Amino acid sequence: MAKTLAQQEGVSVERLQSPQDLERLREALIAARVPDKPCITVCGGTGCLACGSQAVIDAFREELARQGMAEQVDIRTTGCHGFCERGAVVVIHPQGIFYQRVKPEDVPDVVRETVAQGNVLERLLYTHPQTGEKIICERDIPFYNLQRRLILSHNGLIDPTRIEDYISYGGYSALAKALYTMQPEEIIEVIKKSGLRGRGGAGFPTGRKWESCRQAPGEPKYVICNADEGDPGAYMNRSTLEGNPHLVLEGMVIGAYAVGSHTGYIYIRHEYPLAVTNISLAMEAMRRYGLLGENILGSGFDFDIHIARGGGAFVCGESSALMRSLEGDVGEPRAKYVRSVERGLWDKPSCLNNVETWANVPHIINRGWEWFAGIGTDGSKGTKVFSLVGKVNNTGLVEVPMGITLRQIIFDIGGGIPGGRAFKAVQTGGPSGGCIPESLLDIPVGFDELTRVGSMMGSGGMIVMDDRTCMVDLARYFLNFLREESCGKCTPCREGIARSLEVLNRICDGQGRPDDIALLEELGELLRGFSLCGLGQTAANPVLSTIRYFRDEYEAHIHDHRCPAGVCKALIHYRINPEACTGCGACALQCPQQAISGQKKAAHVIDQELCIRCGICLDTCKFSAVQVQ
Amino acid sequence: MSASTLVDAGTHEAVIESILERHSCDPAAIIAILQDLQDEAGYLPEEALRYVARRLDIPVSKVYRLATFYRAFSLQPRGKHHLCVCTGTACHVRGAVRVIRSLEQELGIRAGETDEQLQFTLETVNCLGACALGPIVVADGEYHGQMTAAKAVRLVNKLRSSGQE
Repeated sequence: MAKTLAQQEGVSVERLQSPQDLERLREALIAARVPDKPCITVCGGTGCLACGSQAVIDAFREELARQGMAEQVDIRTTGCHGFCERGAVVVIHPQGIFYQRVKPEDVPDVVRETVAQGNVLERLLYTHPQTGEKIICERDIPFYNLQRRLILSHNGLIDPTRIEDYISYGGYSALAKALYTMQPEEIIEVIKKSGLRGRGGAGFPTGRKWESCRQAPGEPKYVICNADEGDPGAYMNRSTLEGNPHLVLEGMVIGAYAVGSHTGYIYIRHEYPLAVTNISLAMEAMRRYGLLGENILGSGFDFDIHIARGGGAFVCGESSALMRSLEGDVGEPRAKYVRSVERGLWDKPSCLNNVETWANVPHIINRGWEWFAGIGTDGSKGTKVFSLVGKVNNTGLVEVPMGITLRQIIFDIGGGIPGGRAFKAVQTGGPSGGCIPESLLDIPVGFDELTRVGSMMGSGGMIVMDDRTCMVDLARYFLNFLREESCGKCTPCREGIARSLEVLNRICDGQGRPDDIALLEELGELLRGFSLCGLGQTAANPVLSTIRYFRDEYEAHIHDHRCPAGVCKALIHYRINPEACTGCGACALQCPQQAISGQKKAAHVIDQELCIRCGICLDTCKFSAVQVQ
Repeated sequence: MSASTLVDAGTHEAVIESILERHSCDPAAIIAILQDLQDEAGYLPEEALRYVARRLDIPVSKVYRLATFYRAFSLQPRGKHHLCVCTGTACHVRGAVRVIRSLEQELGIRAGETDEQLQFTLETVNCLGACALGPIVVADGEYHGQMTAAKAVRLVNKLRSSGQE
């Protein structure tokens, strides 16, 4: 059998029997480290992998071997750094030099100059967008230095496939503390006092949920991790699972001990293969060290976890639907006359929390509730990870303290809107949330604050939109999504969404009727009041919030047959601006309809009869001569 | 293992049996069993669904219900090339719809369909969580970021010519 990583480093792998064993292992791992040994960390998150980071890692291995440095330098593939816009991300330790957009062809230079001689390669550094200054260290980049990272704190440092990395940074010390020095009730009390609320979207107080589950009659009890991250435009949970799976698992074991459960489940989206792999590897490693399974850390507490892959149904993110799916049935929610903490999975008391909620637990146990409660606002404590995406310069994952304003997130961390365009709205809360306009950007981020303005916290998707985003089309997009994902069990949701979508479709097609806005509002009330589960109850939020803040856009579509953002196909025309057109003919060559004609080096024109408004000419033109009207 | 192995009457029982065994023939694991089956065969053939239903002693109607409820399952064989367009919100606001339209036009099929020659399957996915690179098209497992309508057509042509070599 191949030697495990710890054995290679001369540290024995034995079941840990006590907190002292864990501490001794941690000290041995730290002692085995060669101080100041150069280490190249390359981000292996899904975003960077899509940018080709695997090729960069391979190139580093090859180049180090070629230059005979393989023994003197470590290479580590880490989890997501969050700055996905700049992938592939590479950090050279011990100096902490941050290189971005690294390609395999940059690797020989990096090894020769930076790793061997400590020289910084200017061309791979991040440039401050305002001052033009080259920034060497990750922490000095504006994208990072306004963040407060707890959940993501170790993502760029540890190799998620090595439990030893996690342990050397103090991993599982919270578990040892909980099992050996705290009673289950005491843990629940700490979580209650910390003010931690569910990160899946609804924001239910976590400690109260645990308490209800512990007190509920019935055996066995289950703990469940909801990793069915389905909100489009949100990938915080995926990066946590991929980048630091042990943090989530440690939280789950502590939670299981607190509520008195011996069996847990993780329900992961099947679209996240890397997350499934890393969680599986992490669980194997935990079993090896006696951190999962029977007699955890020699405490006498038994707990094991099973992985279930989701089937690609959005509604399974809803707790009661998720439990049905775990039972091997279709994921249809049920009315919650009896809560799932009392009768959930197989009608037994079940405690379900989101990935990020579980990941907060070890931090709270280690540092105490007072520390956690000191971060954030009155109603919302701690930090929140958002995936900042859409029309924003610094796309990526950001973790911020609750109470920061939306403006700080979008403009200070996110670097504002690309191409100097105007900000229009930010969408939070996924398909259940709403759009927030510019005038409300100074509200602090918190569960109650976002609900008050007609949106919600949700799981953390934050999609920025500029003046080229049509708000009617966006509402239609979410309703179309929800129509496909509605399970169809209850009539208000099934019919309410379908009828609302019909109305939105005709508005976008230029067939809107004068009373359509009122009709949408009426359907919204129906959905909110009478749907069975959260999916239907919140389905109208994207429509109602856009009507509330962007009524003029709806009116322009209905009364003037005009799409101000230039998106709705039936209401727009593509034209070529003769002044900007160089007559290069690239658009005419690409046009699938042969609708574009013109002499070489003279302005071209689009035949409106033939044009199907596919937008290929708009994408093709290098001179911005194709315009939308 | 490929689709042909499963359809081949001599071996397909063995394949299904090994999947069932992996899940201890537990009816509660039916979703995981169907997932493994689809990984092996590329889709869920009718005879395989009937076989699984019989072995687990659950009605075929329930197996069919599951296979049609969850998006991850397909009852139809898929094309040689698999194109998947992300329609997450970030990709949407960056023009994913134009990419889908141009692929539909180029392939002559709608999203969710496979062409008659079983060359291309065009699908959409709600979000891949690689939002920084949107709009994204995954072609045979490879991610292509910052797609446009024109780039999508070039991608299809590249896949077509790769098959002829």
